[in-house]
Amino acid sequence: MPEEANPGGVPEPQKPEETTAPTGGGEPSAPEAAAPPSGGEESPSASAPPAPPVPKPAAPAAAKPAAAAAAAKPAAPAAPKAPPVMLTTPWEGELVEDLKDEFGGKIKEFSTYVGQSFMVAEAAAVIPIIDYLKIEQGFDYLVDITAVDYPDKPERFELVWILYSFDRNERIRIKARVKEGEKAATCFGVHLTADWLEREVYDMFGIEFEGHPNMTRILMPEGWSGFPLRKDKSIVDMDNRWVRENLGIESGQ
Amino acid sequence: MSETFLDSTELVLNMGPQHPSTHGVLRVIVKLDGEKVTGTECVIGYLHRGVEKIAENRTYAMFAPYVDRMDYVAAISNGLGYCLAVEKLISVEAPERAQVVRVILTELNRIASHLVWLGTHALDIGALTPLFYCMREREDILNIFEKYCGARLTTHAFRIGGLQYETYEGFEKECLEFCDKFTPRVDEYEELLTENRIWKERLIDVGILNAEDCKAYGVTGPMLRSAGVEWDIRKALPYSGYEKYDFEIPTRTNGDCYDRYIVRVQEMRQSARIVRQGVEMLAPGPIIGKVPKVLKPPMGEAYVSIEAPKGELGYYVVSDASTQPYRVRVRPPSFVNLQSLDKMARGSLVADLVAVIGTIDIVLGEVDR
Repeated sequence: MPEEANPGGVPEPQKPEETTAPTGGGEPSAPEAAAPPSGGEESPSASAPPAPPVPKPAAPAAAKPAAAAAAAKPAAPAAPKAPPVMLTTPWEGELVEDLKDEFGGKIKEFSTYVGQSFMVAEAAAVIPIIDYLKIEQGFDYLVDITAVDYPDKPERFELVWILYSFDRNERIRIKARVKEGEKAATCFGVHLTADWLEREVYDMFGIEFEGHPNMTRILMPEGWSGFPLRKDKSIVDMDNRWVRENLGIESGQ
Repeated sequence: MSETFLDSTELVLNMGPQHPSTHGVLRVIVKLDGEKVTGTECVIGYLHRGVEKIAENRTYAMFAPYVDRMDYVAAISNGLGYCLAVEKLISVEAPERAQVVRVILTELNRIASHLVWLGTHALDIGALTPLFYCMREREDILNIFEKYCGARLTTHAFRIGGLQYETYEGFEKECLEFCDKFTPRVDEYEELLTENRIWKERLIDVGILNAEDCKAYGVTGPMLRSAGVEWDIRKALPYSGYEKYDFEIPTRTNGDCYDRYIVRVQEMRQSARIVRQGVEMLAPGPIIGKVPKVLKPPMGEAYVSIEAPKGELGYYVVSDASTQPYRVRVRPPSFVNLQSLDKMARGSLVADLVAVIGTIDIVLGEVDR
């Protein structure tokens, strides 16, 4: 009834408080800054990038100074937690065996997380894998291509291809890592839909796809500088720059 | 495409971004030979707001209202997809009653979205009357939304883990009344259009996209089904308990503009059928699952997609075990479907281009995000 209907227009006001509590009253935008040690209490978890299930010695080592810095500052937070790990289970089956036979060591990992299967492959092998999956295994629908930025890792970008097969009614993901400035290969030749999807990845992350017929920006204006979805691009900085250039004041925040 | 070669008979024309038939701020650069389209190029991004970037700076719950602003004529579908993706990450399932209410509202929203499409598309083709009829029925749906959650368009109707609001008194009755009224109204639209000679001549064999091309371009939703592929995520990979509902997937074979019209009209009938079954299934119970106050999904990632009115709407959410998503990727159906415009429009007439853009059913808020 009406009295119930009214608050619905306002997206719950209590939510922001919930968030600020654990982050020690920090600005909601604080964790977006890429520099890890200055993030306050949250830095141990925020700075430690999602580690692959394979235990990597570099990850805990990198987290330690950050945790120490946070502890040295105000009141010491709770004992430094171990960096969270994605708890995956191995992905097994006929398809996995076929892929192992075909590509061998080029596919580094077959895993399942929350019931969703994915493989981690070498970037150079991805297009042959997608081609093979399309022709031999019936994965004829490229759902999406996207990327995730992990600025602290040597291979900064994780590219994600999502594939679906109409016949098998199965959806899988392929993940591969590329360094900054490294080019990925286009799969435009295999799936036409890659055209815009790859352009969007380029536009947002600056990852170029070699062999793409028209590697230009798609959503941002042509004269735009930088790549907005990179973690080191902060919304506040982008806003301040615009305000300075267009309104002549220091900050609009 | 990008290389423009002009000879004496070729003309490059700008359609949009402020053109009524582009349904928003879409700019199409059209190459013409006389009245024949020899190539198109879409210029998009005018409505880009960086939704995916915003997500990285908000908590999981705070981001939920933003998704409504992508496909704003089907805000409830957007919200459902996002909630399901986060629920997958935290391994929480919405309680039975919440799921049924979700299905009812989502299907009503599908009808509303198709009604907006039908009305405006008919307007593009030159039939003025259906718009008023469609808006009249849509109004009833929006009234139900308004009574339920206070908003009509960008509803933010669902919460992660279930629902915030219990249904209002008379919700079931109003939904059923709407369904009773709606089915004969669909007959009325069909009477106006389906056998209308002008309508048929403008749409039949225009903008054909066959099943193979649909798959190559990643086209989903009514466009794929009009090409004869009986694929609907509600059936193929059911979510929110869709496996319990009895409904059909309307398909056609030709994949032209007319078939897309027929498929969408039939889908409205099926949606009304689902709403009816949902109301019958509605049993008392909790409406929100056990969701922690501070949401910190374990480290991991999930891709969850739903059958939005326009096609496969997917959310790829990456969690770094903090309160804010590390990355949210939205796989928008309109964006992917729009890509096939060039394939469909090449070789047709300018007037057909309008019909083709219309039947892709794009919402630029979702294309640009």
